[in-house]
Amino acid sequence: MRTADLTTAVVLIAGGLLVLWDALRLGIGWGTDGPKSGFFPFWLALIMIGSCLVILVQAWRSADRRPFVRRGAVVPVLKMLVPAVLFVLGTQFVGLYVASALYMAAYMVWIGGHGWPLTALLSIGFPVLTFVVFERWFLLPLPKGPLESWLGY
Amino acid sequence: MGLENLLLGFQVALQPENLFLAVIGVALGTVIGVLPGLGGANGVAILLPLTFAMSPTSAIILLTSLYWGALFGGAITSILFNIPGEPWSVATTFDGFPMARRGEGGQALTAAFTSSFVGALFSVILITLFAPLLAEVALKFGPPEFFAIQLLTFSSFIGLGGGHPLKSLVAILIGFILASTGLDIVTGQLRLTFGILELMKGFDFIVAVIGLFGIGEILLTMEEGLSFKGAKARISPRVVWETWKILPRYWRTFVRSSFIGFWMGFKPGGATPASFMSYAFAKRFSKTPERFGKGELEGVVAPETAAHAAGGASLLPMITLGIPGSPTAAVMLGGLIIWGLQPGPMLFKERPEFVWGLIASMYTGNVIGVVMVLALVPLFAAILRIPFAILTPLIVSVCAIGAYSVHRGMIDVWYMLIFGLVGYVFKKLDYPLAPLVLALVLGDLAENALRQSLIMSQGSLSILFTRPIAGVISAVAVFFFVLPIVTPYWRRWRDGGH
Repeated sequence: MRTADLTTAVVLIAGGLLVLWDALRLGIGWGTDGPKSGFFPFWLALIMIGSCLVILVQAWRSADRRPFVRRGAVVPVLKMLVPAVLFVLGTQFVGLYVASALYMAAYMVWIGGHGWPLTALLSIGFPVLTFVVFERWFLLPLPKGPLESWLGY
Repeated sequence: MGLENLLLGFQVALQPENLFLAVIGVALGTVIGVLPGLGGANGVAILLPLTFAMSPTSAIILLTSLYWGALFGGAITSILFNIPGEPWSVATTFDGFPMARRGEGGQALTAAFTSSFVGALFSVILITLFAPLLAEVALKFGPPEFFAIQLLTFSSFIGLGGGHPLKSLVAILIGFILASTGLDIVTGQLRLTFGILELMKGFDFIVAVIGLFGIGEILLTMEEGLSFKGAKARISPRVVWETWKILPRYWRTFVRSSFIGFWMGFKPGGATPASFMSYAFAKRFSKTPERFGKGELEGVVAPETAAHAAGGASLLPMITLGIPGSPTAAVMLGGLIIWGLQPGPMLFKERPEFVWGLIASMYTGNVIGVVMVLALVPLFAAILRIPFAILTPLIVSVCAIGAYSVHRGMIDVWYMLIFGLVGYVFKKLDYPLAPLVLALVLGDLAENALRQSLIMSQGSLSILFTRPIAGVISAVAVFFFVLPIVTPYWRRWRDGGH
């Protein structure tokens, strides 16, 4: 925890410095009729950096040596995170419907250990249902890929 | 004067087609409120174009019923899944989910829905009585008062929140900084974009909520192993009755929370801070504060009452002043303008049947809502029997759709993932997420209020204290800010001398 706390504080301070830099670029004084654009972010970042410095000192002095993630917990978390990232990546390239079908199928078979019939039913049923609900009903076009263009959408 | 108008309104609201719309609205709203991602504001926004074919009165009844349903729906996932369907149901998870895990899900849900009904009813009655009066008072509120309210909201997080005060402060500041990213409407300049095109749009709070609370929460739950199971809940009439017998015990909580909710909802702030403030106050004033967070019924009553009271109240400034009291109200305001209605005090005079039809529909929507929700919960309980391997990709997909639907851009889906990671890390490190989201939502409003205050005072912050109303509010805010610093010394002084 201590390491994570320190790292986060440092990252936040770095972010804060970035904000300060941009705020100074925009100007932090009084403009033509009101505070300049950078005024608000400047003070926000300044206070944030100050607070993070205090947190940094507190974390430095802390004796909390617990690991950030328990050994046994790393794999389950990654099991959730990695497929999710791949899913979003997939959506970017083949569209939401295909990506979600693959995502669901992969999850159900590899992680859930479900049988193929149920998997097929749900992993195809869900995108179809989504299509009907969002494209037709809500009139919200969702990301599509080559398959949909091939089908004429 | 108010009563005859209200009767006129009921004549409109009780017309069959409007009642039908109310039922549809509540049903849809509940579903939307349950799904993480298709938030109340989002759902309203998506449905808005569909309402153009209807009369403005019918349309606004549908949208407010939707809003009502979403308010109810958020409680269901909060209690059964520990995933807040809406930002204002986050506080409900604190005690609702532990209760559900103990097998008291039915009680928690009944308490939540009943509290929602009470809170909403409270607000709507007050609106009926005071709408014209309040319009006058609120006209006196200027930017310094608005900003002072913002200070008060956030200071109460830091002072009363109970977590690490500095980390709470940092979370709030992060939220504000994220809010100021993108196009600065006042000056037309791009802020904090560093030349990256995608950052021009800034960060949308809906995407942040989906990421922080949806994805982040799932990540956190994964740590317990593959046990992403919601809690079971049986909500039989007996459970409902039993819970109803206990609830009157908390009448003080009901009253206090209703007031807090109404107060917060009336000013730009909305249901989210109301729910948190109400929870914090309930904990502070409780004789058994240590039970909060472990499954205390009052911990469900307080935020739900406040959130619904605020939800109702937030519609009031929208119709009387044209100032949205919440993000969802903001979307509805957009609808009003599109329909050619001029929101403001004139609306009362020129289109009374619209305004009072709307107010009457709040009553009917509330009753319909509570009945439907109590009846439909077994349906939602059935969802819990779905194995997690099916639920997880389902929820992530829906979250992705929700994130995408905000601006129809993939970048928001990636933000969602990033926010998810951030949410995971922050939760573990004790950086509170709720004030972060709140700051993100209110950031622009707060900055505007500050700007205008400074313009009024020619650059001096003292205006926040010299104006009477703002001064009082600011003073309380300052008190809350320093409370965490002062408390240890005060305790030492108190214990040391005696």
